[in-house]
Amino acid sequence: MKSTAAPILEVQELSKFFGPGCPQCIEATGPEQGNNVCDTCSTVVACHGVSFQLYEGEVLGIVGESGSGKSSLLKCMHLDEVPTFGSMYHREVGMGRMDLFQCSDQQKRAIRNKLLGIVYQSPHLGLRMELSAGANVAEPLLLQSLRPRFSPIRARIVELFSQVELPVSRLDEPVRYFSGGMQQRVQIARALAPSPSLLLLDEPTSGLDVSVQASVLDLIKRIQWDTGLPIVVVSHDLAAVRLLSQRILVMRHGRVVESGLTDQVFADPHHPYTQQLVASALS
Amino acid sequence: MKIKKKILLVRNLKKTFTMHLLASLKVEALNGLSFELEEGDFGVLVGPSGVGKSTVLQCIFRTYKPTSGEILYLTREGQWVDLARCEERNVLELRREEISYVTQFLHCPPRVPAEFVVAAPCVLQGRPLDQAVWEAREMLRRLRVPEKLWKAYPMTFSGGERQRVNLARAFISKPKLLLMDEPTASLDAKAIESVVEVLEDMKKGNTTVLAVFHDKGPIEPLVTRVVPLVPKSPGEKSHEGLCPARSYGQGVWR
Repeated sequence: MKSTAAPILEVQELSKFFGPGCPQCIEATGPEQGNNVCDTCSTVVACHGVSFQLYEGEVLGIVGESGSGKSSLLKCMHLDEVPTFGSMYHREVGMGRMDLFQCSDQQKRAIRNKLLGIVYQSPHLGLRMELSAGANVAEPLLLQSLRPRFSPIRARIVELFSQVELPVSRLDEPVRYFSGGMQQRVQIARALAPSPSLLLLDEPTSGLDVSVQASVLDLIKRIQWDTGLPIVVVSHDLAAVRLLSQRILVMRHGRVVESGLTDQVFADPHHPYTQQLVASALS
Repeated sequence: MKIKKKILLVRNLKKTFTMHLLASLKVEALNGLSFELEEGDFGVLVGPSGVGKSTVLQCIFRTYKPTSGEILYLTREGQWVDLARCEERNVLELRREEISYVTQFLHCPPRVPAEFVVAAPCVLQGRPLDQAVWEAREMLRRLRVPEKLWKAYPMTFSGGERQRVNLARAFISKPKLLLMDEPTASLDAKAIESVVEVLEDMKKGNTTVLAVFHDKGPIEPLVTRVVPLVPKSPGEKSHEGLCPARSYGQGVWR
């Protein structure tokens, strides 16, 4: 089989604590204990011991209720947060042997700008509302080159706008004039601008109404088709994750309680929490 | 006579569901099933409702994780892989390249035209989009899906039209192993006829089929192997010995 290639991304034993941390933290939290706050030192164990690999062309879904640690995990992966423990390797950084979390801040910025694209649930987090839509998409491109030139960047923005189905005529309007669904498309265009090798989506469709949700999902699916870009999508919307991903991790109280092929986890869930989750979903 | 290659060996397959929400109720769906298929076989699983026919298909496709046992499958590259245990990414690759599964229900993204839904597996196999769409249209034509529907969304189709889109999608990837779960349940006689024609062609192309059929009549001439599943009577411990290799094709198929 062809599946011998190295993974694009490997996350090993990633943990993120908010608080001082004590020797009891890990034992006192988790799905068995039913909470993610350590009784002894009040540390929040946002996620603990998360490991996975991501291969070319794969979409990995991370599902779980609010507070299960899925967004903390994604923030660590985008190098926005420094994890308490763990390491992460990217195929294109230091021959795949360099721990991204150990990089200098400067290296992290470069990695973020070049290799990682992110789309947040709220456009306010990912976009500068007072700037034009075009400027928002241009920003990562401007950061990439030492002597940016206007016309190639402008051309790239026009290309990205048509890729995400935004009207090119509105390129120079402030992004705050745009509707929620369009702002989400601007975020996607911005994330794709530097041709990243990994796209991170944090609840990309959660704030949108159903018709817009469907069109954004359709767009993500199409981008994935056209580019084969690996994607990690975090969402509590099971239907969206089911549609997008081939594999999923189910998180609860900061731990991965189950992982597997998406259709298998939905059809044959093993962990009590996953069974509850699947049984509660509106089909 | 040409000696046929074995391509699927199911050995002592067991599947038990534990329902944690119902006080850890255990439901035993399969208890030690064994059978094999040769290349080009058209196998049918038979037995009364609830005996685990669909469970067998889903274990092979890994929609269910088998509790124990082996599902050895011979890949196009000539390697034996245990589908019950192999890595997820290998399962994904096999699903993309070699193993298709059709259920009674079409699951597809909303607002994607039928011809693209059908072309998708081809594109994933690396064929260019226009060629994939052309092949998709040919398959939709063969299965008698009206041309005016090709650009419409399958979610708006009738049951039979949806099912034909579902079948077209599975046929188009030219699988080595095709799993089907009552694929003709919602089709009329004419549509079934066109499905049987495509299946005949696939059989000539050495596709191995394992299927569950509600209405056996129209596909009967294609069947080369019968895998009977026997319900577990109280006091009996396992299926083992009840469906040994020698009983294939004997009398159960009526």
